[in-house]
Amino acid sequence: MITGSAIFLALLEGSVGAAVLALTALGLSLVFGVMRVINIAHGEFVMLGAVVAWWCSADLLGAHPLLGFLVALAVAPLIVGAIAVAADWLVLRRVNYDPERTIVATMGLLYIIQQGVLMTYGPDARPLDPPIYFRVQFPGFGYSGYKLIVAGLALLLLGATWLFLARTRIGLYMRATRLDSETAQAFGVPVKRVYAIVFALGAMLAALSGVLIAPIRGAHYLMGADPLLLSFIVVIVGGLGNLRGTLLAAAFIGIGDGMISVLFSPTLAKIIATLLVAAVLVVKPGGLARSTAS
Amino acid sequence: MSGAATRIYAFHLAVIAALFLVQFALPAYHYGNVTRIMLYAVFAIGYNILLGYTGLLSLGHALFFAAGAYGAGLAAHWWGFGPIAALAVGIGAALLVSLVTGAIVYRTTGVAFLIVTLMLAQAAFLSTLYFNTITLGDQGIVLSLPPIALFGASLRLADPMVKYNAALIAFAGALLLSLWLLRSPFGRVLVAIRENEARTRLLGYNTALYRFTALVISGTLSGLAGALYCILFGYVGSSFASLQYSTEPLLWTLLGGAGTALGPLLGAGIMFYLIEFASSTGIEGYMIIVGVALVVITLWFPEGLAGWFRRLKRVRS
Amino acid sequence: MTLLETPLLKTQGLTRQYGGVRAVNDVSFALERGEIRGVIGPNGAGKTTLVGMICGRVLPSAGTVAFDGADITRMQPWDRVARGIVYTFQITSVFKRLSGRENVALAAQRHLTRAQGHRLALPQAKLDAAVDEALAAVGLTGAAERIAGELPYGHQRLLEIAMGLALKPSLLILDEPTQGLAPGDIAPFCDLIRATAKSTTILFIEHNLKVVLELADKVTVMDRGAILAEGTPAEIEQHPAVQQAYLGD
Repeated sequence: MITGSAIFLALLEGSVGAAVLALTALGLSLVFGVMRVINIAHGEFVMLGAVVAWWCSADLLGAHPLLGFLVALAVAPLIVGAIAVAADWLVLRRVNYDPERTIVATMGLLYIIQQGVLMTYGPDARPLDPPIYFRVQFPGFGYSGYKLIVAGLALLLLGATWLFLARTRIGLYMRATRLDSETAQAFGVPVKRVYAIVFALGAMLAALSGVLIAPIRGAHYLMGADPLLLSFIVVIVGGLGNLRGTLLAAAFIGIGDGMISVLFSPTLAKIIATLLVAAVLVVKPGGLARSTAS
Repeated sequence: MSGAATRIYAFHLAVIAALFLVQFALPAYHYGNVTRIMLYAVFAIGYNILLGYTGLLSLGHALFFAAGAYGAGLAAHWWGFGPIAALAVGIGAALLVSLVTGAIVYRTTGVAFLIVTLMLAQAAFLSTLYFNTITLGDQGIVLSLPPIALFGASLRLADPMVKYNAALIAFAGALLLSLWLLRSPFGRVLVAIRENEARTRLLGYNTALYRFTALVISGTLSGLAGALYCILFGYVGSSFASLQYSTEPLLWTLLGGAGTALGPLLGAGIMFYLIEFASSTGIEGYMIIVGVALVVITLWFPEGLAGWFRRLKRVRS
Repeated sequence: MTLLETPLLKTQGLTRQYGGVRAVNDVSFALERGEIRGVIGPNGAGKTTLVGMICGRVLPSAGTVAFDGADITRMQPWDRVARGIVYTFQITSVFKRLSGRENVALAAQRHLTRAQGHRLALPQAKLDAAVDEALAAVGLTGAAERIAGELPYGHQRLLEIAMGLALKPSLLILDEPTQGLAPGDIAPFCDLIRATAKSTTILFIEHNLKVVLELADKVTVMDRGAILAEGTPAEIEQHPAVQQAYLGD
């Protein structure tokens, strides 16, 4: 039955999802905007974040989940960022960031990360305790307080990233490279190094979103597929490389996906989302026009 | 036919003849493997027509494979069709899906094409899960088909020899078709489109129509592989539409050498045994070998093995 | 006007706008059959855009193009090739990884399959003959088996002209054909154009003024999207506005 409180619940779920989605998608969008490559392994970085979070909360300290959570927030981005830099050095640089070869190479990376986690972490989906547990009472239902905190943290991290891009020198280099990499290089911007940093930054943002959602979704070696698909959708609908568009699309799609998932079916929501991407790209490949040679 | 052409056709016919003869010498284990490899090769040959010849990278060919497989499987399961009839339905379904897809991506190329095909395959995969009352979801449909009645003989599908030769016939047809295509005026235009589409357009070719036709041929051939796979092995499930079945033909084609006629067979065969070997080690994450293969090929063998041989030959002569 | 007096190509008020900029502004001009017409003008004058609207690479914002009596304003580029309009690119655009023979074969095959009515197969001997003919016309017979990308730039340009000739055009459009040619290659090039002009109308954009004055029957001068002047080479050489706008560059 679709009641008022059901709609409100759906809206809430959607909003939380949208905030996390924005964080995940931002990394993908940055990487495309600056480097003009599509990283198919992006979802695996999210998964790695979740796995590190599990490891921190259960294994490492065995102490209060809040401590594990905070440690994970610090450690996961570092580990995943390092993996990303290695991937950039060893592979992406060597194929010269050629769009099609990068896609195939990152597909390989996807398999390697996924199966690597399978080999070490195992095939099980393992739950995590949320760092803080409390319920917020709304008319008609109680809602997980942790989820609201997730939304808040996601927005905070988005804001921090925005400041980083807008106010720091590296952020300036990134924006310059995004606009015109050749001119940027002529002006002394270390483009290759910027690429490595951007790729790492994208991975770190993904890892952070993984840490945030781990207590909600658990950690599982196949969990990267969903965030990848949704981030893809957001980045394409919002316009590849267009950061503001990414955020708007994340809001729209996150809330839409959340609502349809709660009110109807998660699978149906995803079907609609994938067809939406296809439709946008067929009608307006303009968002991708900068990546294809004409 | 010129001397060079005769030699090339003779070589490929020899490969087919070799595959025919070797079945009498193969131990049972490899017998089933080669059957599968030949079917995968048909899938890869279909894929190669789009990637190797026309230069269009698709990440959604599982869509066509699954269309063929589900066409055949659903017809056999819900309507009681026999093997030949089910095969026809499978091929028809793949043709239909190819036509519709081709219309959707008529003006789409490059990275956009890649993502659209990925999304369409994903939507198909999710649909097989959503409509699981019809498709039985990821559990899949197990078929028990009656024997094929051909020229008075009754061919049981459970018989490995029937499976092998059915796959061989399909492979031979696909190989010769792809070879003929490669050397025909039509095929030469596809290669031209791959090399320089703007130039090709101004040489008087409606390149979008050529791409469309290539996609329809590619999708139907891939669907044939799917339909035959479903009939010969008696199963179709959601996994047939998953990303894995879109990655694999890409891998086989790249490994074997895109743009060559025999590359797909080479790639499918090598990858099959590589994965068999990896899984026999007992390590749980053995599919990592697929990832490593993709990275290695992209870095060091972008033209695949067949292309690498060709380059060696040219250097030596 | 009898049929023989209709110009082969006629544009009327042809305009191409990009945002606020008019790359080509209200151009009306006509080409007679068998002419060799040179188009000159400073960079950004709109020459390539104008020619693009004639061969179909660019669609006009306003105005019409008529070829051989038929309106081709919105026609697709490949259909225009079928009618006999052939364009060679300003920046040489051959199939770099294919051989010279394969390059020309793609053009020759287009003409031959249209003539025979179907595309399923083509007698190899016929194709080879057409390719040899086109290569011989530009003097590139020796380059047939070589990979196009390995040829010197000037030869790649000649290869592209061979491809154009293999299509048996009635209007051949050349966009800066002598650019990149070695000085010694220019005279043979002019001979080639004169020989071709016996059966084909030629429209060419050029920066090399000597070539224009030597080859062209008539010259059109463009500046800032519009036609500045039109006349015989001798007239153009003397035109004051031309001397100021173009030669003063």
